[in-house]
Amino acid sequence: MVDVKLWSGLRPLADDQAVVQVEARTIREMLRKLEERYPGLAAPIRGQVAVAIDGVIYRNDWSRELPEGSEVMLVRRIAGG
Amino acid sequence: MSFDAAYQSKSFNSVGTRPLRPDGVDKVTGRARYGADFNMPGQLVARVLRSPHAHARITGINAAKAEALKGVKAVVTAADLPDQTDGDAALFAILDNCMAREKAMYDGHAVAAVAAIDEKTAKAALKLIEVEYEILPHVVDVDAACADDAPVLNDTIFTQGVEPAPTQASNVANRAEFGHGDVDAGFAKADVIVERSYKTEQTHQGYIEPHACVASCNPDGTAELWVCTQGHFVYRQNCADLLGLDVSKLRVTSSEIGGGFGGKTHVWAEPVALALSRKANRPVKLVMSREEVFRASGPTSATSIDVKIGATQDGKITAAEATLRYTSGPYPDMWAELGAMTAFAPYDLENVKTVGFEVVVNRPKVAAYRAPSAPMAAFAVESAVDELAQKIGMDTVDLRIKNVAKEGTKSSYGPVYGPIGIGPTLDAAKSHPHMSAPLGKNQGRGMACGFWFNFGGQTCTDLNINADGTATLAVGTVDVGGSRASLSLIAAEELGIAYEDIKAVIADTATLGYNDMTDGSRGTFSTSMATISAARNAIEVMRQRAATMWDIPLEDVYWEDGHAHAAGTKHGNRAPLSVKEIAAEAGNTGGPIAGHSELVADGAGVSFATHICDIEVDPETGSTRVVRYTVIQDAGKAVHPAYVEGQYQGGAAQGIGWALNEEYVYGEDGRLQNPGFLDYRIPVCSDLPMIDTQILEIPNPNHPYGVRGVGETSIVPPLAAIANAVSNAVGVRMDHIPISPPRILATLNAAQG
Repeated sequence: MVDVKLWSGLRPLADDQAVVQVEARTIREMLRKLEERYPGLAAPIRGQVAVAIDGVIYRNDWSRELPEGSEVMLVRRIAGG
Repeated sequence: MSFDAAYQSKSFNSVGTRPLRPDGVDKVTGRARYGADFNMPGQLVARVLRSPHAHARITGINAAKAEALKGVKAVVTAADLPDQTDGDAALFAILDNCMAREKAMYDGHAVAAVAAIDEKTAKAALKLIEVEYEILPHVVDVDAACADDAPVLNDTIFTQGVEPAPTQASNVANRAEFGHGDVDAGFAKADVIVERSYKTEQTHQGYIEPHACVASCNPDGTAELWVCTQGHFVYRQNCADLLGLDVSKLRVTSSEIGGGFGGKTHVWAEPVALALSRKANRPVKLVMSREEVFRASGPTSATSIDVKIGATQDGKITAAEATLRYTSGPYPDMWAELGAMTAFAPYDLENVKTVGFEVVVNRPKVAAYRAPSAPMAAFAVESAVDELAQKIGMDTVDLRIKNVAKEGTKSSYGPVYGPIGIGPTLDAAKSHPHMSAPLGKNQGRGMACGFWFNFGGQTCTDLNINADGTATLAVGTVDVGGSRASLSLIAAEELGIAYEDIKAVIADTATLGYNDMTDGSRGTFSTSMATISAARNAIEVMRQRAATMWDIPLEDVYWEDGHAHAAGTKHGNRAPLSVKEIAAEAGNTGGPIAGHSELVADGAGVSFATHICDIEVDPETGSTRVVRYTVIQDAGKAVHPAYVEGQYQGGAAQGIGWALNEEYVYGEDGRLQNPGFLDYRIPVCSDLPMIDTQILEIPNPNHPYGVRGVGETSIVPPLAAIANAVSNAVGVRMDHIPISPPRILATLNAAQG
């Protein structure tokens, strides 16, 4: 079970929850289950979301495993120069 | 991702050396081909008609006279770029920005374009296009745009992120909040509180090469585009989406690039050139003038920021708060949100809150500019931290060290940090000779920290071993800062051959798999990962070929120091085979030898820097001189140290210009008053001292060599470092960027009453 923290912009799309518990081994599984539970998250998950695992931000590697006890947070997929 | 990107400590032969860049000779002799250097037989010249109004409804366009002019082959308007964005608001913003549809949203917004046989004819045709405008009230200032009585740019924009949802449209597109703890409780514990408002003006990346492209649409539905860009695969996707083309039918080739810094991550003129070519059935060349670049490509945000920081008398920050308002041009984006995320990132704070407001205004669509949005936020926060240190009577570096973020700190934007490098940059600053060097008359010293996220992305490379044992490396990330040199060093390191035996090229979109853009400081970080992977795949092929040549089992062959070796006593008398020897036999051992890699380079890790600068101010004129400047930044591993230093120096130079002089100046009519380098003053060599650098190498755990991106962070601290230096020199807090001579004089005069 992973506690997934949501950035403030996502919370209205997830019943105003700041933290959502999800049973998932990988980022992909976690995002899929979040989307199933909160269909409103589907749009941001397609292209606006990155995932921070223990402070390291993953933008594409959805096969990345979520280590037991790690801190997982959805963050804005940012632009760069 | 099957490739193991984990850091492995090792000694290097090629990595860390400083050979000449492979593109250097071409660039200094004028042979290098930039965007405007490409030409096709029969190509037409394109020119764009732009709105002279800051905000106006387009009630009619009559291009009949222009189309009738001899030599004109096509005129396009928004009607020739129909909306195929299917509800994608971000894509529609790109489309509308490339060619205004119902309204011109800023001075310089494209409303029509012409392709003609020569420039003179194209310019004459522009004058024959009749556009009827209904002029609307405009607003360009960020604070004015937030006011209740401001003209509303877009009546479909209702502020997102506020409860209850507003019922009236406004120019505030979005509210984004970050932070943790209880700032009110934190301020209640503070002995000292600093509170101040800051402004920064809009600046342009100031790349020397204007946007330029040649577009050629063919009757069979295929098309080609030669263009100056930071990301030709992304340009291909955007142009294909906007013009309704199959991606596979549009081939995009990137030219050399004379600077981008984020400004060449967006399409501006390219879809227009393609639309003209499609209509004229001829190749079309479109080169923006400098004036057009200023008026109609993407500058950074103008901002207005309020900061409040409280601390105990011993320098422990108890609470920090910032409200950040960023302009985004006429279309909502994420710029304020990025500012709110980065503002307090260097610090370990128990109570922190940042709120970003995205504000639409009648200015060009904002584009990324090197660590986008972070420099302005850092200016405000680091100025306040400096003021706090002075109020407490504490050394400004010590105050930062006391509150510095470290592994385990909950960042102000949410996640808990892993190992990070801000502490070491501050320690290095503390012990740097610059910090204790004596100052002259009218001189002040400032320092500041900066943060940027960095990221990786989708990356694909091909590495071909040639018959003579040299190698060709084809990559898909545009070389904006010397990456062909760094990637050649990486390939040489892995293969065990000389740097000079690697030829790195930027492949076009038809010859290599998809690559994300060169942005987010990802060029060398991502593509070196893919290059290591490709080289290791090629080495695996060469092991097989050596086994074939020796006629021994594959498991008896191992690779070391650029050679295949036969393992154990059974084959121990065989001389190792070099890359050259294996390559020479390739035709008879299985054919060409190559290594390929496609991967997602993730785990870039966040980046920090600390800058120190000394500024001398002439109190009579307000003019400033940068006396000394030092950049301290973590590179993870500096693959080519000279180009890492170049990135540090380049970021500092751009930040110095931003801090001291650069600014978009708008008239009462909403028109840009200074769209040229004579009136928009960027620093030149004679304005700058030698910028000293100190490279820290704290390995990135998520890269085989420990590499971090280095391209962006160096522009984050300069605004604040310079503001602190000038403030210390004149004894008055400078809170408005740029700190230009008139602004310094006005501040001094006001302070003297």
